[in-house]
Amino acid sequence: MSEKNINRRDFLKMAGASAAVTAVSMMGCGNQKTEEITGQSTSSKKEIPTDKMTYRINPKTGDKISVLGYGFMRLPTVNNRSARENGGEEIDQETVNRLTDFAIEHGLNLFDTSPAYCQGRSEHAMGIALSRYPRNKYFISTKLSNFAPQTWGREESIAMYKNSLKELQTEYIDYLHLHGIGMGGLEQFEKRYIENGVLDFLLKEREEGRIKNLGFSYHGDVKVFDYLVDNHDKWHWDFAMIQMNYVDWKYAKRINPSNTDAEYLYNRLTEKGIPVFIMEPILGGRLAKLPKHLATNLRERIPENSVASWSFRWIASHKNVLTILSGMTYMEHLEDNLSTLCPLQECTEEENALLQRVADEFVNFPLVPCTECQYCMPCPYGVDIPGSFSHYNKCVNEGYISVSIQDENFAENRKRFLIGYDRKVDKKRQATHCIGCNQCVSHCPQGIKIPSRLKDIDDYIEKLKQEKL
Amino acid sequence: MLKKIRFVLALLFWAGITLMFLDFSGTLKCFLGWMAKIQFLPAILALNIGAVLFVLALTLLFGRLYCSIICPMGVFQDFVSRIAGKFKKRRFKFSPEKRKTRLIILGIFVVLLVAFSPIAALIAPYSAYGRMISSIFQPLYMLVNNLLAKAAEHYDSYAFYGVDVWLKSGATLGVALVTFLVVTIWSWKKGRGYCNTVCPVGTVLGLLSTKSLYKIKIDADKCVNCGLCEKNCKAEAVDFKAHTVDYSRCVACMNCIEICKKDAISFTKNAVQKSSAQKTDKPSDSALRKTLATGALLAVSGALKAQEKQFDGGFAVIEDKKIPARDCPVKPAGSRSLRNFSSHCTACQLCVTQCPNNVLRPSSKIENFMQPEMSFELGYCRPECTRCSEVCPTGAIEKITKEEKTSIRAGHAVWIKANCLSVNDGVKCGNCASHCPSGAITMVKLPENPSVEVPAVDSERCLGCGACEHLCPARPFAAIYVEGNEVHGDM
Repeated sequence: MSEKNINRRDFLKMAGASAAVTAVSMMGCGNQKTEEITGQSTSSKKEIPTDKMTYRINPKTGDKISVLGYGFMRLPTVNNRSARENGGEEIDQETVNRLTDFAIEHGLNLFDTSPAYCQGRSEHAMGIALSRYPRNKYFISTKLSNFAPQTWGREESIAMYKNSLKELQTEYIDYLHLHGIGMGGLEQFEKRYIENGVLDFLLKEREEGRIKNLGFSYHGDVKVFDYLVDNHDKWHWDFAMIQMNYVDWKYAKRINPSNTDAEYLYNRLTEKGIPVFIMEPILGGRLAKLPKHLATNLRERIPENSVASWSFRWIASHKNVLTILSGMTYMEHLEDNLSTLCPLQECTEEENALLQRVADEFVNFPLVPCTECQYCMPCPYGVDIPGSFSHYNKCVNEGYISVSIQDENFAENRKRFLIGYDRKVDKKRQATHCIGCNQCVSHCPQGIKIPSRLKDIDDYIEKLKQEKL
Repeated sequence: MLKKIRFVLALLFWAGITLMFLDFSGTLKCFLGWMAKIQFLPAILALNIGAVLFVLALTLLFGRLYCSIICPMGVFQDFVSRIAGKFKKRRFKFSPEKRKTRLIILGIFVVLLVAFSPIAALIAPYSAYGRMISSIFQPLYMLVNNLLAKAAEHYDSYAFYGVDVWLKSGATLGVALVTFLVVTIWSWKKGRGYCNTVCPVGTVLGLLSTKSLYKIKIDADKCVNCGLCEKNCKAEAVDFKAHTVDYSRCVACMNCIEICKKDAISFTKNAVQKSSAQKTDKPSDSALRKTLATGALLAVSGALKAQEKQFDGGFAVIEDKKIPARDCPVKPAGSRSLRNFSSHCTACQLCVTQCPNNVLRPSSKIENFMQPEMSFELGYCRPECTRCSEVCPTGAIEKITKEEKTSIRAGHAVWIKANCLSVNDGVKCGNCASHCPSGAITMVKLPENPSVEVPAVDSERCLGCGACEHLCPARPFAAIYVEGNEVHGDM
């Protein structure tokens, strides 16, 4: 009997949720009050304007950069999944082209990639998509990536840079990042860029105009960040990329002791007059899938707007933000973000306070701060690390974690966690197979102690299975 | 009427047992476990006196009702025969009993059962039926379930969950297919031919049923010698010309009573067969009902008895694990010893169908052919699970509790240095030690290289659950594997 009730309740929940999703997607860019209400409407979907994109001016070049940049990190595959997690699958070039067309049509003009993305196939796909347009219609941002030590030599680095030009079918790069500085500390930075003369080479390329803007993207050890900013007079950074959103603003360090609060990073760059690129605007989707009650707080304020849109508006309200990179796999992501920023409605003081309250509550959930960036993958022992964290976070967000076997919903929560985990992650790739070799730890830009968090999940599963919680 | 009662009961028993073999979730066994435990041969092997006496009493009272109602293989053949009857009506003809053949087969069966049970089990009706369902039909059932699970996933429902479908033993599947074909074809053509020629249980009960209290009787006075009864007797036991029934083969299905247009056939107390006309009083209906009720009561108490009796005893490619060469097979906790297990198990596969961790599978080795054994490529014997011990009807795996399981040493882990990643790859591992549920594994420094830590197994504390073997990252052969204990020790 009670089982039946639960099922019915679930059904209602499901129906409610899907209705809400439908409502939101049908509202489209509902927060724009440009159109007069003309009585009854057959569809609530409004067209996204093609001439309302918010632009920022690059102080050095005077270029007009769209505040929304297209990140080619999570491209769609032919099976309609993100190529980031499904490296074996072919990238759906046709869809990439279609998304690019739609973006450009709506005024987006900055495209970001890296030789490492989508297992090395992102730049190639971008080259195909963008070369169909005149070169002055768009700006290319790519990186000198540094994940594999065998690419750290001078020759190898130059080869990587040259290959980027080739793959992207271009004569010059608009924005070139030193990729992920801070991972590995100052020592690694010195080895990677200074001692082998790679930075000198890049500075030379900038002088000669093949790199229009030179900057860095930062994760990890804040000493490296400070070192680079302190030496701004020497290297003249044209931009810098940091992780920023309304949660990371004050809580990056709290979520993860090896990170630094975005407030500090942003303010330091702004003092030095270095324009800022933003990555992880929605923390790999976690700020789009907030815990239910937090999402409701935002929806109550503006029912038509997506939860994700709040983060974009909040970030874009900062004047020194040149562009926000978002890895948009599907058309609905692109549409939602375009409608948020075409044009931008800046956050009010009151809205900032609301988001601060949401952030306060958000960090008090025991989520794993994984953005599913996949840098840790592949795990040499086959563990699906991001998949495991994502399932755990999903259960936390949706309130399906039990504290004790006495909990009212223990049986239901147990089923959801265990069955859901088997559905999401192959049994051979679950947390229990982590041997704690620690190879992944240094790859994680969020500095997550991956083996110990996986062990926590494994312990929780063991308790669920034995019903000894 | 009697036929209908027989039919309904048979349907219930057959559906119950079949569903139990199909149901991998282990829910039905809680309600239907007793249906397996009153199967004749398993009950004898388990020394389940209550169930054995019940079957014997039932047979002495009413003839081979067991074969018509309780035996799933018998009912299955009736279904086949019934379908065949749609194509060719009135197709049976009385044939004399092949008593010699039956007794010889029974004799060989008994000898084999004592000496070498896996081969004897080939013709044991209940276990042969179990193998058919578990090897052929459970995988199909699981595939359908997996479709439903996919659909459920789509709708974010958790009503169904996906399960692994894998070939547990090719040899056993082969045996099951042959059994299925032989039994199906035989029953299509000859009704209960298998039961009345080969089946050892049929032969034993046939010997008793000649002495049963109630029997089918043909009233020669009313009989007009139309032959309908003979043509419809699937046991080919009715001789309408002589007005006799061969009670050693009659399974008391009551079909002849139903078909007789002259009411000349009845199920009567103490029927004495005479080929000449002889009037007997029709048994009062109420007396018959009373006897049936007693039988039903007996059935219930037999079933209860059967239940009580239990207490006596961007992924890296992952290479599939391979089965290590074990000197001694690992048998589930509750089986006490290899010998106890081998001499009781009829290889019905009920435990295999119930194992939720993909540990149990039929052996392909000749010395314990088709009898289940454990291996840990797809999972390990989890501490909270005692399902196989709950369902086993033969006493090969005796009922144990979770608490008892934590002290039964079914095997012991053995470390293979040559495969160990800590030694070979220089990584810090210890996954076996950190997952050992009994804490039998400790990581110790390798004497020749103290920077390397390797597992050391305390065999006295090892349960043989296979967690270490399953979770060992060395592939295809794990660096730590379980050897069975010939006699399961206590901790």
